[in-house]
Amino acid sequence: MEIPYTVTARPDTGLWNAKVGIWLFLASEVMLFGGLFSAYIFLRLDAEPGYWPHGLLNVPVGTFNTAILILSSVTVVLAWAALKMRRYARYKLYMAATIFCGILFLVVKLGYEWPQKYDHFGAYIKTSSLEKYEKYLGNKHLLAEGLPPRVEITGHLHNEEALKDPKIKEYEVALDKVYTDPDDPKMDRPHFLYVPPTDQIATIAKEDVERATMFLPTHSTYFATYFTITGLHGLHVLGGVVVFTYLFFFGGKTYRQNPEHLANRVEVAGLFWHFVDLVWIFVFPLFYLL
Amino acid sequence: MDASSSISAHAAHDPHTHADHDHHELGWWRRYIFSTDHKVIGLQYLLTGLCFLFFGFCLMMVMRWQLAFPGKPLPFLGNLIQNVLGPGAMNNGVMTPEFYNSLGAMHGTIMIFLGIVPIAFAAFGNFVVPLQIGAPDMTFPKVNMASYWAFFVGGTIMLVSFFVPGGAAKGGWTSYTPLSDIADKGPTYDIIFNGQTLWLIAFICLITSSLLGAVNFIATIIQLRAKGMTWMRLPFFVWAQFVTAFLLLLAFPPLESAIVMQLMDRIAGTSFFLPSGLVVNGAAVSISGGGSPLLWQHLFWFLGHPEVYVLILPGMGIVAEILANNTRKPLWGYKSLVLAALVLGFLSFIVWAHHMWLTGMGTVVSAFFQTTTMIISIPSVIILSAFFISLWGGSIRFTVPMLFATAFLPMFGIGGLTGIPLAFNSADLYLHDTYYVIAHFHYIVAPGTIFAVFAGIYYWFPKATGRKMNDFWGKVHFWPSLICMNAIFLPMFLQGMLGMHRRWYDGGQGWTLSSEKVWGLSGFHWNTPISIAAWVMGLAQIPFIINFFWSMRYGEKVDDNPWQATTLEWTAPSPPPHGNFLATPVVYRGPYEYSLPGRAKDYTMQIEPVQPNERSMPEPTMSLGH
Amino acid sequence: MNNPPNTAPVEHETEHYAPNTHDVSKHVRGYLLVGGTLLFCTGLTVFLSYVNFGSEKANVAVAMFLAAFKAGLVAYIFMHLSAEKKLIYRVLIFTGIFVLGLFWLTYLAWYDPVSH
Repeated sequence: MEIPYTVTARPDTGLWNAKVGIWLFLASEVMLFGGLFSAYIFLRLDAEPGYWPHGLLNVPVGTFNTAILILSSVTVVLAWAALKMRRYARYKLYMAATIFCGILFLVVKLGYEWPQKYDHFGAYIKTSSLEKYEKYLGNKHLLAEGLPPRVEITGHLHNEEALKDPKIKEYEVALDKVYTDPDDPKMDRPHFLYVPPTDQIATIAKEDVERATMFLPTHSTYFATYFTITGLHGLHVLGGVVVFTYLFFFGGKTYRQNPEHLANRVEVAGLFWHFVDLVWIFVFPLFYLL
Repeated sequence: MDASSSISAHAAHDPHTHADHDHHELGWWRRYIFSTDHKVIGLQYLLTGLCFLFFGFCLMMVMRWQLAFPGKPLPFLGNLIQNVLGPGAMNNGVMTPEFYNSLGAMHGTIMIFLGIVPIAFAAFGNFVVPLQIGAPDMTFPKVNMASYWAFFVGGTIMLVSFFVPGGAAKGGWTSYTPLSDIADKGPTYDIIFNGQTLWLIAFICLITSSLLGAVNFIATIIQLRAKGMTWMRLPFFVWAQFVTAFLLLLAFPPLESAIVMQLMDRIAGTSFFLPSGLVVNGAAVSISGGGSPLLWQHLFWFLGHPEVYVLILPGMGIVAEILANNTRKPLWGYKSLVLAALVLGFLSFIVWAHHMWLTGMGTVVSAFFQTTTMIISIPSVIILSAFFISLWGGSIRFTVPMLFATAFLPMFGIGGLTGIPLAFNSADLYLHDTYYVIAHFHYIVAPGTIFAVFAGIYYWFPKATGRKMNDFWGKVHFWPSLICMNAIFLPMFLQGMLGMHRRWYDGGQGWTLSSEKVWGLSGFHWNTPISIAAWVMGLAQIPFIINFFWSMRYGEKVDDNPWQATTLEWTAPSPPPHGNFLATPVVYRGPYEYSLPGRAKDYTMQIEPVQPNERSMPEPTMSLGH
Repeated sequence: MNNPPNTAPVEHETEHYAPNTHDVSKHVRGYLLVGGTLLFCTGLTVFLSYVNFGSEKANVAVAMFLAAFKAGLVAYIFMHLSAEKKLIYRVLIFTGIFVLGLFWLTYLAWYDPVSH
């Protein structure tokens, strides 16, 4: 038994089967990420003023990863074009570049960006104590500018044991730059360029703190959404890399039997890959910049 | 027989006859367990789904004891369940409130996601659709197999969750947050192996399964239609499955995203659905807060409402096939049926918040959703009216499938019409969360879809096995089922209008208003006849089960087209071999050409070429092609 | 599969599915150009996010406009939507309607609670 139209197009629809399949799958993926983005919208709108943080992510690294993903989108479409022109060696080269980019993206994300977050600390100050930390928060200045207040102090936690040990009564935090000079108008923007914490240490009494955590999913709905969406996106990148690796190593047999079939497979995998890139194009500004 | 003669005539016509069916023998495992053949997968779905359907029904039969006789030990089963599941479920043979909640949640989940959807959509879709469109198989047979096994794994996880400490999920089939976020959590619970978390994980498997299935169905219908099988020559069943597949494809993913978020809430400690300042058992919960329980409801009902049409559309499709076949006349208003199904599918995406009237929506939002909800009743009414008109003037054969299909019409009608008060938020404020809603919903799904499913099983059984199910026992199955269904659900409307809440553990015994009498019985005492009817209906399924398995071996042998039907599946041998058709079918006419004037027999199959002197039927056309 | 393995000589197959070299090679330059545009737009998005457009909403709008432009380029050129069949368009249009419906209606529900 043969399933028709696996390689050649059905005359009346003009499409081969996998092309229909992948677009339907991508339609469902649009809805999947649509659900997550609608959660982002809902939670961000719902957040109390000051409770949707800005500028906590590493913009240069994020930009780098965006560029990597765009580059891989170019290489995968070139790999497909090479196959269409029946240049197998070139296809292999572009495919290898795509796989490399995919892995690089994941390494940067999981090996550098995420751990950097786990290592960062934030303490939400109780409303009644905000006044006490005015010299770090600069809320009078923000109020005058008509901007939402700062309610959290972030930085590097010096005494990490304070998170566990109830006997320690305060957190010692090497402040992020914005809290060293909170009235600086350059820091007013909804986000600021990521810089490592300064040497200035602030002592924050636990009794003034509403909630203190490292930058984990538990930190806030912002980080919950960030880790969930980038995590799910990362899984998609991983899936794409697996498929490309398979096509890289085992595509030869298909190519010898029917090069068009391999070209179709690369096109389908490429469509998925472009979609993953497309999601990132929205994730990047929504989480890193806005 | 006419079908076979037309095949041979056709085969002579077509030199490219495929003679390679079953030319390589597959092992037993590849043939019956890890099969990629759509018919085997369809039957796997059917059998697994029927088991889950019966299991889900058993959960309800156990619950009905508690509702009718609250606090009394459950006879026979009480001690057995206590021995298996421990005193957390049954205490001295009396059901605990926690176990009651588990049963309720799992009844809903299992019936909908492991019973009806797998049977009505996956089983019938898999078995019938490729045959009806003249395809050799589904477009992606391996994906098809993966779809079944993802479903199987999901179902298994759901069943396993009964045995973990704390028992299965208790948050209702809707798993509303924040309750389900904080349920089954704490030192006595495992972080993964607890009822609610397993429910979520099982759901990810089930959604994956539906997704793979939906992609496959749509691609198959688009790509593998036989030559001449234009869109307007598709049987209505195929159209119904096509729309259903789109609903599953596009409505399930937002729920999947919500399930991932709830999983994060439960495992990673996030607060997607937990508001700030949440207090549980008198203590503030250590969470970031800032989440929204309403977000869960939006994402859940974004699936939840299309899901209702996922449940009913395949049923409508089955009924359409059987009605046309047994009235021996064309289905009335084929084109409007198709359009109505498409409109129904489209609108079902923008009515979901009518499940959320009680959440405090503003006037703008509720006006929008009330309007769309009103509009969506129009296509449903068109479909039902077309079915009723199809009966008009037909020479009806009351075969067993036809009995079930005919019963579907008024039952679905009652279910649909009683839904209209719920569409208005002012009426719904009173009726919401009462037995009225239970009755309304079950009228659509139980004597509606499940009757359609039974009709379909009786109708296509000869195609799958080459034998017919026994007529007498079919009738013994039908009449008590019909009577019991109504005995169960009609009184629930009364209970609901009295204001009886649908989640009471004691069946309303402790509530004053439920002592008010309707038709001589108090609201609470109506529970007893309802429960008895439910148990009798359980007994009424025994003839079906026996008939089903007995007929597989000993049923009356029939030819390839025992119902004298017109659609393509009846041109294939029974059971169809791997690859389905002996000769690649070519289609020349519409799906329901019954009682064509000037013909010797009262049905003309789709593969019969149009005669030069034939007074051809006007064929509906619509620009849906490419 | 359409071609049963090892039944026909390889040369024949390759010939049968003769490549359309001319057509594809013309596009390669375009792909590189689009890649360059996307990288440029990424830089622009980062740069513009530091510029104050008056309100947070305005900044969001600018960034989303650029993101939509980039996404459009990816979909139209890289995903070949420029030369895709009607059927695919139909599926995507409906998906687009539903996903926007999801955004808009959840927003509406947030915007209009009964307590407002």
